[in-house]
Amino acid sequence: MSAQPLLTEPAVTPALAAEHGLSDAEYALVLEIMGRTPSFTELGIFSVMWSEHCSYKSSKVWLRQLPTTGPHVICGPGENAGVIDIGDGLAAVFKMESHNHPSFIEPYQGAATGVGGILRDVFTMGARPIANLNALRFGDPRHPKTRHLISGVVAGIGGYGNCIGVPTVGGETNFHRSYDGNNLVNAMTVGIAPADRIFYSAAAGVGNPVVYVGSKTGRDGIHGATMASTEFSDDSEEKRPTVQVGDPFTEKLLVEACLELMATDAIIGIQDMGAAGLTSSAVEMADKGGLGIALDLDQVPQRETGMSAYEIMLSESQERMLMILKPGREDEARRIFEKWELDFAVIGRVTDTGRLVLTMHGQTKADLPVSPLVERAPLYQRPWEPTPAASPLEAGLGAPAGRSFDDLLLTLMACPDLASKRWIWEQYDSQVGADTMAGSGGDAALVRVHGTDKALAMTTDCTPRYCAADPVEGGRQAVAEAWRNLTAVGATPLAVTDNMNFGNPQKPRIMGQFVGCIQGMAEACRALDFPVVSGNVSLYNETSGEAILPTPTIGGVGILARTGDAVGIGFKAADLTLLLVGATAGHLGQSLFLREILGREDGPPPPVDLAAERRHGDFVRALIQDRLVSACHDVSDGGLVVAITEMALAAGIGADLPGLARCDAAFLFGEDQARYVIAVPAGHVAEIQRRAAAAAVPLTTLGTTGGTTLTVGEYDAISLKRIEAAHEDWLPHYMASLAP
Amino acid sequence: MKAAVIVFPGSNCDRDVAVALERTTGKPPVLIWHRESELPPLDLIVLPGGFAYGDYLRCGAMAAQSPIMRAVVARVQTGVRVLGICNGFQVLTETRLLPGALMPNAALKFICRTVGLRVENADSAFTRRFQPGQVIHLPIAHGEGNYVADAETLARLDGEGQVAFRYCDSAGVTSDAANPNGSADHIAGVFNARRTVLGLMPHPERAFEPLHGNTDGRMIFDSLLEALS
Repeated sequence: MSAQPLLTEPAVTPALAAEHGLSDAEYALVLEIMGRTPSFTELGIFSVMWSEHCSYKSSKVWLRQLPTTGPHVICGPGENAGVIDIGDGLAAVFKMESHNHPSFIEPYQGAATGVGGILRDVFTMGARPIANLNALRFGDPRHPKTRHLISGVVAGIGGYGNCIGVPTVGGETNFHRSYDGNNLVNAMTVGIAPADRIFYSAAAGVGNPVVYVGSKTGRDGIHGATMASTEFSDDSEEKRPTVQVGDPFTEKLLVEACLELMATDAIIGIQDMGAAGLTSSAVEMADKGGLGIALDLDQVPQRETGMSAYEIMLSESQERMLMILKPGREDEARRIFEKWELDFAVIGRVTDTGRLVLTMHGQTKADLPVSPLVERAPLYQRPWEPTPAASPLEAGLGAPAGRSFDDLLLTLMACPDLASKRWIWEQYDSQVGADTMAGSGGDAALVRVHGTDKALAMTTDCTPRYCAADPVEGGRQAVAEAWRNLTAVGATPLAVTDNMNFGNPQKPRIMGQFVGCIQGMAEACRALDFPVVSGNVSLYNETSGEAILPTPTIGGVGILARTGDAVGIGFKAADLTLLLVGATAGHLGQSLFLREILGREDGPPPPVDLAAERRHGDFVRALIQDRLVSACHDVSDGGLVVAITEMALAAGIGADLPGLARCDAAFLFGEDQARYVIAVPAGHVAEIQRRAAAAAVPLTTLGTTGGTTLTVGEYDAISLKRIEAAHEDWLPHYMASLAP
Repeated sequence: MKAAVIVFPGSNCDRDVAVALERTTGKPPVLIWHRESELPPLDLIVLPGGFAYGDYLRCGAMAAQSPIMRAVVARVQTGVRVLGICNGFQVLTETRLLPGALMPNAALKFICRTVGLRVENADSAFTRRFQPGQVIHLPIAHGEGNYVADAETLARLDGEGQVAFRYCDSAGVTSDAANPNGSADHIAGVFNARRTVLGLMPHPERAFEPLHGNTDGRMIFDSLLEALS
């Protein structure tokens, strides 16, 4: 975009429409809707509203398969964030959203504004944000750009979240070469609101004032939504001007000012200005209310002089909100925003015309019908092909000859996906709010609901290598693992937000991955009573034709009825009995053992038995809530021995595991699902065995906690200090070194 | 004990410390907006953690110029106790109520973790419930907590008992490995000469109740309650 004022607007032609990302058929539809050639500003509005990012044109028909209702659901997908009832008159409001493309182009600002954007989605609904999580995927650690991306993304997430004062309590970080050209930043925010005071975005009341609050509008981020709707090529550096710049201090003021105004009854509707800025917020508010909006763009607070209507409407400047107020309440609202030193301007009125009319300098810059802009947005049934089934692994795979058990375990515990991510999460304030019970490093984070004895549990999960090998199974597994992680801290899982990250949907192979993952997710969400209440889709995560692994990140939220019920993964004490819940067949396909030890990424992912997941999870949760369990950890990446090792490291207490004598590598490191390791006082073992038998849950005695070493079956004891050094050192050493 | 918490735009630990004060004294503290210029009668003023004015200039530099800080400085002359936590410590050094300055952490990264601290002086309203030399643990969360002062000032702080806390390991031994941010002389908290003003980087309000997994911070609030009631 030109930094100079556009004195004359370019003539709108089919070629200009194509430059705006509209296909020939889409532009023909624009002409039909308008009945004339659109103005330059109108073309810009159509192009962003119909971008993949804003319209979900490739994904919408499939997203409808996901279950979105349930007894706890107050508001499902379609608003700024999902809302669920958590009792005591309170609601949890949450959503996850990607900021992948900007975070690759400009990692600090891209990640920071990702956090800022998702926070706005949550407080727009009337909730005070209480926690952030981040699911990150980076390329191969040996890729020259990876270190720079990690450094910038982590600093950006911390820079925003730490300043605004919302604790960053969890997330995940994985590495795979498929993300070399497209790292993923999926940011999730959870907030709390009074259940009877949720704010929605629909406009109402002809003549009511349309109010702009927050930061001024500048030329940053113009066409960000369009940028995020195409593949990258080698020129992605040139797209830096499309990345927005974050100001967490202003957003902190905006949170406080909005919540202060929300405590009154002056607001009719409110919508944050995220992707496609003022355009999408005004259009969505008008469309949801079945009304029109007239805006006087001269009234929009502007950071720069000489901005055109096109630039004002397409700017993605951060920390801005649009509100419809009750008539006569402008002064009251203005006083609150002035106290917080934020811009406040009445920029228009609600109308009954059903049209978005924009005037500037006394001229009409745009006049278009709202409903067709939204309802007639293109919707594609893209051709798709199912992912071919992976060939099963040959029988008898095991540890390579000559590699000791020590070596295998240390290699796994220090591999990029399993190594400690402390270097990352210590850069985030995880405790502000003084309600954090458990942050990163466990199965799920726990944050007390302020002023109550309840806590919310939250987690993000996805195993992209499973999704690539079998999208349906991978979709099931992502949901099941999130559900398991909430269960493992003692919480009752309630609902899900999803963040679908995929390649180019115009390729049938990629579309097939999307379709398969949705199918698996839908099955798992139904089987586990775990509805999807919000979500986001990020497509075109490809560079020069290379797509990322399919990555449907699941953000799960659950409730812990009593904070005292919580358990962590650390052993807590010596002389506890270690039990394995669930059956082990020794599934090595797509396992980390296969990848890190045998150098192979093949085979089918572990099958997910949703009935077993449900049965085993309900069994474990009841044990925890009945206070029979001292520590619990779900078994996932790396398998059984890795899970036990993580429990030992978390507490600095070792274990002796005679129950694993004569077990092969597949048993020790296979990634069979629906499993948990629990550490229980010896006096509770008989009761737990009785319950397991009654519920038909497989239960195996593994051994006992104690000491400072880990002894697996007949192998020599390994000192925890040695494992800890390997596990903790990988990431800081990697970040500090210059070599790959 | 009548307490007030000063709220700057960008403060974000104001509620947390207000909760700790209310649970200590049984009554909520007064929250005072930065634009005020008058203070009610008080025994304790708390400057909370956060990013006052965004900390876009030096941390605490803008807050030090706010109207309310003139009133705080006046109260310090009369002996009212002032506790500055994290960003509040930065405001106190910028206001010159405490010597020295807080620079970016030596590793140039924000750090959030629980650290060991040695109580260097238990003879104050803030620390009287501790034993001298006692080792406690408190969380830190800051990007600019690297305490610096000239050699003469450091010698005076040490000699006059103005060092409140030093970073240490769990045995109470100070070392570079136990110093999270590169602070001179491992200093985590300092008093003014009269020991009526304390600034510290760690967050006692985050180690206040069993849910936090550690209640060492509560001792600071209990000390104040005992001294000022």
